[in-house]
Amino acid sequence: MRIFWLLGRTASLLALLLAGSWAIAATSNTHEYVLPNGLKLIVREDHRAPVVVSQVWYRVGSSYETVGRTGLAHVLEHMMFKDTKHLATGEFSRIMASVGASENAFTSRDATAYYQVLAADRLPLSFELEAERMQHLHISDEEFARELQVVMEERRQRVDDRPQGIAYERFLATAHQASPYGNPVIGWPQDLKSMTAQDMRDWYQTWYAPNNAIVVVVGDVKGEEVLQLATRYFGPIPSRELPLVKPLIEVNKPGARRIELELENARLPSLLMGFNVPVLNTADEAWETYALRMLSGVLDGGYSARIESQLVRGSEVASGAGAGYSAFGRGDSLFTLSGTPNVQQGRTLEDLEAAFWDQIEQLQQTPPTSDELARIKAQVISSLVYEQDSISSQAQQIGTLESIGLSWRVLEDELDNLNAITPEQIQQVAQRYLTRERLTVATLSPKPASDAITQ
Amino acid sequence: MTQTPNRMNRYFLWALILVLPLAIILLNQSDESDAASPSMDAANSTKTADPQSLPPAAERFASLAAIEADPTVKRRPLDIQHWQTSNGARVYFMAAPELPMLDLRLVFDAGSARDDDQAGLAMITSGLLGEGTANLSSNQISRGFESLGAEFGASSYRDMGIASLRSLTSSELLQPALNLFTEVVSKPSFPDDALSRIRNQALASLKYQQQQTGTVANLNFFDDLYGSHPYSIPSQGTAESLKSLSREDLQAFYQRFYVAQNMVIAMVGSLDRSSAERIAERVSNSLPEGQRAKQLPSVAPLTEGLTKHIDHNSQQTQIMIGGLGVAKGDPDYVALYVGNEILGGGGFGSRLMEEVREKRGLTYGVYSRFAPMREQGPFLISLKTRQDQTTQALQVVNDTLTGFLADGPTELELKTAKQNILGSFPQSTASNSSIVGQLGSIGFYDLPLDELDQFLGAVEKITAEEIRNAFSLHVDQERLITITVGQPSKPAEG
Repeated sequence: MRIFWLLGRTASLLALLLAGSWAIAATSNTHEYVLPNGLKLIVREDHRAPVVVSQVWYRVGSSYETVGRTGLAHVLEHMMFKDTKHLATGEFSRIMASVGASENAFTSRDATAYYQVLAADRLPLSFELEAERMQHLHISDEEFARELQVVMEERRQRVDDRPQGIAYERFLATAHQASPYGNPVIGWPQDLKSMTAQDMRDWYQTWYAPNNAIVVVVGDVKGEEVLQLATRYFGPIPSRELPLVKPLIEVNKPGARRIELELENARLPSLLMGFNVPVLNTADEAWETYALRMLSGVLDGGYSARIESQLVRGSEVASGAGAGYSAFGRGDSLFTLSGTPNVQQGRTLEDLEAAFWDQIEQLQQTPPTSDELARIKAQVISSLVYEQDSISSQAQQIGTLESIGLSWRVLEDELDNLNAITPEQIQQVAQRYLTRERLTVATLSPKPASDAITQ
Repeated sequence: MTQTPNRMNRYFLWALILVLPLAIILLNQSDESDAASPSMDAANSTKTADPQSLPPAAERFASLAAIEADPTVKRRPLDIQHWQTSNGARVYFMAAPELPMLDLRLVFDAGSARDDDQAGLAMITSGLLGEGTANLSSNQISRGFESLGAEFGASSYRDMGIASLRSLTSSELLQPALNLFTEVVSKPSFPDDALSRIRNQALASLKYQQQQTGTVANLNFFDDLYGSHPYSIPSQGTAESLKSLSREDLQAFYQRFYVAQNMVIAMVGSLDRSSAERIAERVSNSLPEGQRAKQLPSVAPLTEGLTKHIDHNSQQTQIMIGGLGVAKGDPDYVALYVGNEILGGGGFGSRLMEEVREKRGLTYGVYSRFAPMREQGPFLISLKTRQDQTTQALQVVNDTLTGFLADGPTELELKTAKQNILGSFPQSTASNSSIVGQLGSIGFYDLPLDELDQFLGAVEKITAEEIRNAFSLHVDQERLITITVGQPSKPAEG
C-alpha cells in the first residue's frame, strides 16, 4: 500500500458524495413550520428505528445574564423538573421513566434545552408534558433552596475540584471583555449564594414563551403528523412580548492579556491560548469563519494534523494539545490552542507556548498545502455521513443553529462553503486573527510542595 | 459496554483539556422531593399541584393514557448473522443498508486482566496499534485513514482489547481503508520512539488522575476488591510498571493474544452477507490462527468488610461502597439489573437519588451498578458530597441499601422499572454504533444471538421476590468495601 495512491482518492470522495443522494435526502426529509403563536417546529424524518428524539430549545442561556446574576438560566433548568399546575415535583421524570424515555436537559451560553429519546409513537407524551411545563411551572421557596444546594455540589464537582476547570473558567473571564461569554454557565459562587426563588420566577416569566422556543424532532415520524401534534399541544399557549436581544460584539483588538494560576491540587501544568474572533453571526465576511474552521482543521483535524504530528509526535513538546473553534454562537467567540507540556521530556509551559507561536507564524507565512486541505475536507465530508448515525446529534445540530438565530439550512451549504476555502484564505485569517492584540494566555501550574491538606 | 472503563486513547490529554468547554454545557435534571415542612406557596400566580390529591397521571394526561392502553413497543429488527472464518475468528454481522457506512470492530481477549506483573501492558499494546507497521510510519497511517474519511480506533479494557474502523462504503474508499486497517492490525512494528512517547503520555495521565478523587477511589476499590486476582491490576499501569515495559514485552503480548482464535469480529453497515464474509476472511487471515486465551481464575469472595479513608485536597469527598457482583451470563443478572434500576441505576427516581439528592440536596448525583465481566465484576455505589456532609451521606446511602435488602422493591417500583427497561429498549438499537458494540459483547462473552430478546423476556417475568433473593445472595452488607477520598476531618464510618 502506498500513501500517495490513497491521497489521490480524496477528489473522488468529494465527487461521490456531492453526487450521492444522502445529502439531498437530508434536505427533503426535513420540514420546517412556525405555529401562529411563534413556536418554531423542525422535523427530520429518519426511519431506521422506531425511535424519536424530541427537543425543546429556549433561546436563552447564560449569555443573557447580567453582572451579579449569573447562573440563572442553568438553575432554572433544574427547577423545570419540579412541580407545575398538573405535575407534582419530580413527576415529569417519573412519567418519562415509566414509558422508557431517556430524558435530560442542558444549558449553554446561548440556549437552554430539554429533551427525550423515546419510542416514536410516544411523541405525544413528550409534547403534552413539555407544553405543561412551558406554561405552568411553579417555583416554591423551599424547592428552590434545596435545588440550589444540588447546583452548588454540581459546581464543586465540575469546577472547584478540577484544576483545569478553574483554569478554563478564569481564562474565559479574562478573554471576554465586553461580552457575557466571560461568565461561567453554572454561575459564580457568590451569585449562586444570593440567588432567590423570585429571580427564578422572573426568568421563567421573561423567557419561557412559545415564541422563544424551537421544537426539534428527529426520528421515525412524518412531518405533517408532528405538526398536528405540536398544534394541539403547543398551539394554545399564548405568545408573549420578549425583551429585545442585543448583538454580542467583542472589543476589536482588545490587547494581550495573561493570567497565571498556581493551584494546590494540580499535578500537571497546562496552557490555554485564546484569540478573539468572529462567528458566523458576527463576521463581516462569512468565508472568514469557514477559513477559521479549516485553520483549526489544519492544526488539529485528526492524528495527521500539525499539532499531533509535529508537537505531540515530532518534537514531543506536548504530551497532549489541540485547537478549537466553533462558528456557531450568538456572539464573538475564541479560537483556542491548549495543551499540556511533555514534562517527562523536561518540556515547560514556555516551550509549549513558543511551539504554538511557531505553528501560528508558519501558517501566517506559508499557506497550507493542498494535501492537508484535501484531508480535512475528506474528514468533514465523511463526518457529515457519520453524524447521521445518531438521531440525537442530528437534532443537536439543528437546535444549535436555530437557537442562535441561524437556519438549520446552514448545514446544507456547509460542504460547499468549506470546500471553497483556499489555502491563501486560511493564511489570511491566521494573519488577521491570530495576533497578540487578540490574545489571552492562561497558565496553570502545580503549586510546589503542596501535598499538605488544607482545611 | 458495561466494563469499568479504563481505556486510554491517544487523545486523552488534549481531550481532558478540550472536554472542559463542552463540560460547561451542563447536563442536569432532577426528581422527587420530600416536603419536610408544608409547601409555602410563595408569590407565584401559578397554583401548585398537591401530590396527595392528584388523580393518577393517566387521568391528567391523555397521551399517557393512550400509552398505558397499548404499552407494547416496536423495535428495529436485529437480524444478527454469525459464522466463523476459516482460521477460527467468530463473526457477528448485521446488515444496515440505510447509511453508506460500515462499523467494523475487532474484539480480542487481550485486556488488562492479561497483564500479569506488567500493569499497563494491554493498554500500551493497543495504544501502539496505528503507530507503525513494517511498511508504514505513524504519519503515513494517520494520513491514510484521514484522507479516506475513515476513522481508526484502538483501546483496551479489563477484559478486552479493541481495534475499530469506521468507513464509508463506496468501494473506492472502503477497499483502501480495509487494506490499511488490516495492515495496521496485523503488522504492527511497535517502534521504540512511539513506545517512549506513549509511555510518557500514560505517565502524564497517571498524574492527571491523581488530581481526581474518583480515580483514586476507583484504584483502591479494585485493589481491595480483587486482591490477587488479575482484575486488581491497574489497567493504566503504575509509574514503575510503565517504565519497565519494553518493545519485546509488547510484541510478545501482541503475538499471544492478537490472534484469530482469540478474536471476535463485529460488523454493522451497508453490506451484504457475501461482502461481509470476504471482509471477515481477509481481516482474520491476516492474523495467525493462535489460541484462545486461557480462562481467568475465579474471584475469591471478600471475607470481611473494609473501611478506608484516603486524604485528598478537595472540597468534595468521593464515596465508593461496593463488593463483588456477578459475571456475564449469570442467571441472577436480570434480577440484579432490574433491582438495581430501582435502587440506584435508573437515575432520577431511583431510591438513592431520591434520598441523597432530592430529599436532602447532598449530592449532584449518586449511582449504583453491577458491571458484569468475564469473571465476577463489581457492584458499586458512588457519589460525591461536600466534605462536612460525608458522614451524613454515608449514613443515608447505607440505610437506603439496608432497606432495599430487607424489603426489596415494591410492586409499583417493579412495574415502573419494567416499563422503563422495556420501553427504552428500542433506543439501544437505534444507531449502528450501539449495535456494533452489542454484537462485539455478544460474541466476546459467548452469549446467544437472541440474547437481547431473552433478556427482555426475562425482565418481563421477574418478580419482587426473585429480586430480593438475588440481592440477598449477592450483596452482603457486612462484607462491603467503603472508601472515602477527601479531606480527613471526618473518618469514614461503615
